[in-house]
Amino acid sequence: MTDTRINRLKRQIVLATVAVGEGHIPSAFSILDILWVLYDRVLQIDPSNPKSDERDRFVLSKGHGALALYAVLAEKGFFPVSELERFATFDSPLGGHPDHNKVPGVEASTGSLGHGLPMAVGMALGMGIRRVKNRVFALVGDQECNEGSIWESALLAAHHRLSNLTCIVDYNHSTDRALILGDIAAKFAAFGWAATTINGHDHDAIYNALIRIESDRPTVVVAETVKGFGCKQMENNPAWHHRAPTQDELPGILAELA
Amino acid sequence: MRKQFVKTVEDLMAQDERLVLLLGDIGVFGFRNAFKMYPERTYNIGVCEQAMTSLAAGLAKEGLIPVLHSIAPFAVERCFEQIKIDLCYQNLPANIVSVGSSYDYAALGCTHHCPGDVAILRALLGMEIVIPGTPAEFDQLFRDAYADDHPTYFRLSERSNQQSCDVEFGRALIIRRGSLATVVTVGPTLTSVLEATRTLDVTILYYTTVVPFDGDTLRENCPSGRIVVVEPFYEGTLAHDIMSAMKENSIRLLLFGVPRRFLTDYGHAADHDFVCGLTTGQIKERLEQFLNE
Repeated sequence: MTDTRINRLKRQIVLATVAVGEGHIPSAFSILDILWVLYDRVLQIDPSNPKSDERDRFVLSKGHGALALYAVLAEKGFFPVSELERFATFDSPLGGHPDHNKVPGVEASTGSLGHGLPMAVGMALGMGIRRVKNRVFALVGDQECNEGSIWESALLAAHHRLSNLTCIVDYNHSTDRALILGDIAAKFAAFGWAATTINGHDHDAIYNALIRIESDRPTVVVAETVKGFGCKQMENNPAWHHRAPTQDELPGILAELA
Repeated sequence: MRKQFVKTVEDLMAQDERLVLLLGDIGVFGFRNAFKMYPERTYNIGVCEQAMTSLAAGLAKEGLIPVLHSIAPFAVERCFEQIKIDLCYQNLPANIVSVGSSYDYAALGCTHHCPGDVAILRALLGMEIVIPGTPAEFDQLFRDAYADDHPTYFRLSERSNQQSCDVEFGRALIIRRGSLATVVTVGPTLTSVLEATRTLDVTILYYTTVVPFDGDTLRENCPSGRIVVVEPFYEGTLAHDIMSAMKENSIRLLLFGVPRRFLTDYGHAADHDFVCGLTTGQIKERLEQFLNE
């Protein structure tokens, strides 16, 4: 188990928000386990050659989870960990949403919801045209699944039998206060995807779900997660959606993540 | 122009394996040969223009050159944010080719009108905008720009000028020189402008690329300071480009274009030309008044 390492990344995420005074910490904690397993055990990608043609692609469609992506990319050596401390400051490459043209390892500039998955569909289709054998992963939020473009993408990926595409849904139930989506896996399955639901904080479950590929259709992994996972005062607390800890709050949060 | 679009793209698909055609369920019959010849690079994506635009960005990220095609309001206005972020902000070489410019599809009503496409696309940094006046000009301009590493919008019209010019992407042509005013004419308006100005001593500049705007040609060919713009989209769309080009020079401006209101009647495009004051006779009359003021 990598709790120690995950907690270290979480502390880095919290500390990254201090300089600029803001950040989507709970959204990052929601997906950190998934991203860690992806980059540590699943994706075929070389941090020293992040634009190699023969790499797996990962698109963070819910761009506001950027802090988790940055922490994992830094840990894997795509850029120095020290860059995290400058997160979202004026001339930092690491913005509140990831920028493909600024950050090594970031495949697409995202932030407006509903763009990343259809871009990933295009990448998967393009890799088929070019006979590149690698895989494409996209991570969407559950509330992002309110966007029509997600379901347009679901139709397209199934119709074109993009077996090289895996969509991960971060089901932290953010959507519940607006639109109840219910069984998201069943919805994707109805669109023709291979669908499974897992505990999005169980590393073995994440790994086993992500290595599975169907030969004739795309795969969706619906990850049941907790927004703010691992920090009690942040968990499912809307007040923490986009903010940084105060100096008074910081020691307690870091201690909890020790 | 639509037939030429098919011909040009199919010809280029044979030469350039990076070209991928994406249809929003428009032009499918016209491109039937492409579906047969290049099935791996020809797709009827369906009626989902937002995903089609983002998907095109994904293809471009893989080194391919997508050509997206639909009717102007659906190719542009429906998926404006996808064009802004996925194509322009990421600066990807995608080509959007629309049909149904302004009120070409007059009988179909306002849902199928799109006189605002150029105005809103002008707001997107990096987007190139091409408005051919004839099929032959489309062929030349598309070959010039389709693989130039930037997103490009090609605005096809149901109407064409009577004669083609030797056009080049990004450059305005001096059709003739005169002293009383300079007429900036865009794409398929050239024939009307030539007829309306036959007896007038005016310079005529012909623009088939409006972004980037060739301001140098305008500035160097406008001794009178009187500028007349005949634009086949919302009136005033190019006003900022013209004022920027003329810098500190004082100018007088007369604008012909589509008025900024919903055109709620039907009929044919020619009916709307009249309502919009864009017939040859109407252009001539207002232009003569302007020159006599």
